[in-house]
Amino acid sequence: MPYQVSVFAENKPGKIERITGVLSKNNINIRAITISDSGDYGIIKLLLDRPQDGATILNDEGITATVKDIVAIRIKDKPGGLFEVASFLKANDINVEDAYGFMVKSHDEAVFVFQVENIKKTEKLLTDAGFKVLADNELYLL
Amino acid sequence: MYWDKDIETIDRKSLQALQLKKLQGALRRSAETPFYKKVFSESGVNVEKITTLDHLKDIPFTTKNDLRLSYPDGMVTVPRKEIVRMHASSGTTGKSTVIFYTKKDVDEWATQVARGMVATGTTPDDVFQNMMGYGLFTGGLGLHYGAEKLGCMVIPMSTGNTLKQIQFLQDFQTTVIHITPSYALHLVEAIQENGVNPHDLFIKKAYLGAEPYSEATRNKIEEQYGLDAYNSYGMSEMNGPGVAFECVHKNGMHLWEDFYIPEIINPETGENLPDGEEGELVLTHINREAMPIFRYRTRDLTRIIPERCACGRTHRRIERIKGRTDDMMIVSGVNVFPSQIETVLMNIPEVGNNYQIVLERENNLDRMHIKVELYSKMFSGDIKELDRLKKNLGEALRALITINPKIELLEPGSLPPSMGKAKRVIDNRIL
Repeated sequence: MPYQVSVFAENKPGKIERITGVLSKNNINIRAITISDSGDYGIIKLLLDRPQDGATILNDEGITATVKDIVAIRIKDKPGGLFEVASFLKANDINVEDAYGFMVKSHDEAVFVFQVENIKKTEKLLTDAGFKVLADNELYLL
Repeated sequence: MYWDKDIETIDRKSLQALQLKKLQGALRRSAETPFYKKVFSESGVNVEKITTLDHLKDIPFTTKNDLRLSYPDGMVTVPRKEIVRMHASSGTTGKSTVIFYTKKDVDEWATQVARGMVATGTTPDDVFQNMMGYGLFTGGLGLHYGAEKLGCMVIPMSTGNTLKQIQFLQDFQTTVIHITPSYALHLVEAIQENGVNPHDLFIKKAYLGAEPYSEATRNKIEEQYGLDAYNSYGMSEMNGPGVAFECVHKNGMHLWEDFYIPEIINPETGENLPDGEEGELVLTHINREAMPIFRYRTRDLTRIIPERCACGRTHRRIERIKGRTDDMMIVSGVNVFPSQIETVLMNIPEVGNNYQIVLERENNLDRMHIKVELYSKMFSGDIKELDRLKKNLGEALRALITINPKIELLEPGSLPPSMGKAKRVIDNRIL
């Protein structure tokens, strides 16, 4: 199962600059980024090609970061692509806590990344139903 | 105008004789209590040998910590059935400091307050609106009983509820208020916002207390309301408000020396300083039945004004409190020690060891901001967890210090390191 890196950040200018600077210097590629905000502070979520290294390096630089399990699946990059997955998740009563998506270079596919309570169960259900669930290496090397 | 002219203008020699007699009585009664029995025996104090006021120096100081050590009733000299009241202030380690009163003590406390109110010209014709907190805190009930004893009509409003305060000021034609200076500044704005000219109200006098404030603030309050504001002094360990009160001359607070013996000491060495010199005020309560306290270190800095006051009272005055010898903060009238906040923070694993307390005054009300660093190892990456942590911190602090601080979660390393003497409290308030 893949990981995302969650970074604690106070809500002030220069935070993203600092984080991305550290990653850039260490040649770590960002596949996706999203920010959850709670007023004074927020969590920056990063999909990195080397998540474990990324988290370690950020912590070494004094940036509070942790790795978190996520589910990533391949979906079709066309109308209704996400609806298909969302319908399946609803039918199985799986609540999506936090999610984001991005396209891949081939242009007919996209990736949907999300957080749920029971990751293993969700991955198994999706695989059994024929969805293309991405393992960690597959995701980072897209 | 006097409440009791004979005692308020008593000649110094008779006053000192009275003090000695009361001191000896208090010492004899306290020598039987678990706390002072131990203190007197350890320091070799024979209470029968205290034969002049000068001998008071031989008795060890009592500190706030001693009150905690004697919790709940190690200093009490009377059987439980004679106690009619207790008050308490919050403690740093969860234990409160508790003061007990007999019926006579409650009545004499009211007498001290009534004396002070009369010294400023308050009479039974006055309507007294008490905007100080009621409850374990002594501020509200202290002046309440004094004003009732004097014969005022008392409106026991307590704090807050601004619109009702304004309505009652108008409807009952309140002439005297008891209020914290910060709330007074807030209230006057609210009065104006409600389309009322504060000068059209009937308020003639304000008793300001429970918080430090400057002469400039007093002048501002007097001007904005068109009233006379008086300074008073007290603390729960010495009953509550009413220990010392300004008279109409507004030049220092008369300390009721038939109830208390004041001393000024050098806070570093504990040596007594002569009248007129600034130092820490030490008070001995010689009149309380339930719980006399000897040589209590108030931690308040002031000086005794030895000169006779034009009002004719012979009880000496103390000057406006200049500051504290410890790190106690007074926020919205509540006494808070940084160590209380630290105790709460250190019990929460998600926060680091560094913290900072910032005090601000917003719209004339005190605001406490507590900045804490997140402990990286406990970071779950979940924003809901952070919001919950913030909520739990706020609730734990409010339960202990009764005020509602704003919690700011910071990244590790954003605050100055805790080594040495880190500056934990930043007070940006203009008092």
